[in-house]
Amino acid sequence: MRPVGGSGLLHWAKYTAWYLFTASCAAVFAAPVVFMVVGSLKPDDRVLAEAGGWRAFVPGHASLQNYHDVFARVDFGLFFLNSAVIVGAIVAGGLVVNSLAGYAFARMRWRGRDALFAAVLALLIIPFEAIAVPLFYEVSLFGWRNTYVVQIAPFVANAFSIYLFYTFFLGMPRELEEAARMDGAGFFHTFFRIIVPNARPVFATVTILSFLMFWGSYLWPLLVTSGPAVRPLPVAVAEFKTLPPLKWGDILAFGVMMVAPALLIFVFFQRWFIRGVVSSGIKG
Amino acid sequence: MPEIQRGAVAGKSVHNPGLGREGPAAWLMAAPALLGLLIFMAAPFILAVGVSFTNLRLGSPLPLEITGVEQYRRILGDAGFQRALLNNALFAVVAVPLQTGLALSLALLLNRSLRGVGLLRAVFFMPVVFPMSLVAVVWMLIYAPGPDGMMNGLLDFISLGAWQPRDFLHDPVWAMPAIILLSVWQGVGFQMVILLAGLQGIPEELYQAAAIDGAGRWHRFRHVTLPQLRNPLIFVTLVTVILAFRLFDQVQIMTQGGPNNATTTVMLEAVRAVFDRQQVARASAMTVVFFVIVLVITWLQRRLARQEREIE
Repeated sequence: MRPVGGSGLLHWAKYTAWYLFTASCAAVFAAPVVFMVVGSLKPDDRVLAEAGGWRAFVPGHASLQNYHDVFARVDFGLFFLNSAVIVGAIVAGGLVVNSLAGYAFARMRWRGRDALFAAVLALLIIPFEAIAVPLFYEVSLFGWRNTYVVQIAPFVANAFSIYLFYTFFLGMPRELEEAARMDGAGFFHTFFRIIVPNARPVFATVTILSFLMFWGSYLWPLLVTSGPAVRPLPVAVAEFKTLPPLKWGDILAFGVMMVAPALLIFVFFQRWFIRGVVSSGIKG
Repeated sequence: MPEIQRGAVAGKSVHNPGLGREGPAAWLMAAPALLGLLIFMAAPFILAVGVSFTNLRLGSPLPLEITGVEQYRRILGDAGFQRALLNNALFAVVAVPLQTGLALSLALLLNRSLRGVGLLRAVFFMPVVFPMSLVAVVWMLIYAPGPDGMMNGLLDFISLGAWQPRDFLHDPVWAMPAIILLSVWQGVGFQMVILLAGLQGIPEELYQAAAIDGAGRWHRFRHVTLPQLRNPLIFVTLVTVILAFRLFDQVQIMTQGGPNNATTTVMLEAVRAVFDRQQVARASAMTVVFFVIVLVITWLQRRLARQEREIE
């Protein structure tokens, strides 16, 4: 949208005003993040002392000491690995399992399909919190507490992912798979060789949505883990905050290291994030 | 028997040599996901309803008994749980208009194709990528008591020194608003993106037609933008209300429900019952109440969305 005709000066003034206003809003919005990053570089005692004014956003005596201290105080690498393993397995497993189910519902004819699909749609309204307590009881009976599997298995199958795959596969042209099936290719072969390579957008969407959904999980790992061994980052950061002595610089450094990879992924795949979020609104 | 007929209706696939195996293959494809949903969603859900009518308690010496609605009678009469319900509702009443209004304003503000608008959108979306637990920890520092705290410093600056520094998270009046503020900060970008997509889906002709009719800016917003955004707005509102009732991470980290239950929530009460006191049945009853609330809200949303389709 270029300024069109009319008084150029007026347009210029309008756009400048828009930029100034929007950029100030963005600055206020980004302030907590800037504060976190700047604070993580400061000597510990200055973080709180300088939080009340403009100096909160100016690093003085910047160093990486706090980052060094985090590694000295807790096994940050382990927490990071735990989060990566858990979220990675949920996302990867979910892509396979839910896309197969979405395909079976969208493109294949089998007895019980419609009733089962209605059941899957019904499950969409159950938020995780509504089943957290009995699920906790259930996995305790399985003897699964304090494992990776208890943090992965319950979340691989996902009704919403199935629904997203289902709608995408429904909209794909039938010619591709029919040609393959005419050549005698089996259903699984057709799915993995023909369908999957042509459905990249929905795989990207589901990847990003499940990443956003699970990488911040707090309630469930809090319930099922009781030591650092399999504890993921969101629980670890809250615990680090309560670990004496209280050192805000270290806590902020922990936070920066924890969120930086996710922010990088976001920066590189921004378009896909937006798309993923928008498709989450479709079900309304 | 219906296999063949359905195949015939679908057309070509009747001639497919693989048709005979379609049923078993489809079952095989759907089975892992269906099994997962059955074991980890349907079963616990049924378990929750069933258990809520008993006195189940982990490690309890009492024999398991069916106690009917006793658990529901108890939690609904419990002052802590009542306060939790009230707090969740309060959170919804404040956060929904605030967050939806802010998301809509941001979407309107950023719905242009100017240089740098992408970067600005990214800034507002950025907190969505932050885990809530990290947000809670960072904002505890922002809410630090005394004049050194950032929020106190900011309010002191805005009020030209008239502000009395306070300990937000230990103040029965301020703790809840403080938690609402950071929740809105973290979540508003998500809704902004959904509303932006909605705005971009509005046909330009509608605005042109309105302009020809001599409609002013407000008129166009009121009679073109808002009606066209109705469904995304209903969706965004629904998500925020449900989010309000799911409230847990922030309060567990920042206030543990205090001071004096001022920030306790249904989920916090449920987790405490099961985790601190092993009262599985009591906690299950709480989550069933939570689910019924979510169900009612979802039903309301569906009705509202349907009404609109009928009007059209």
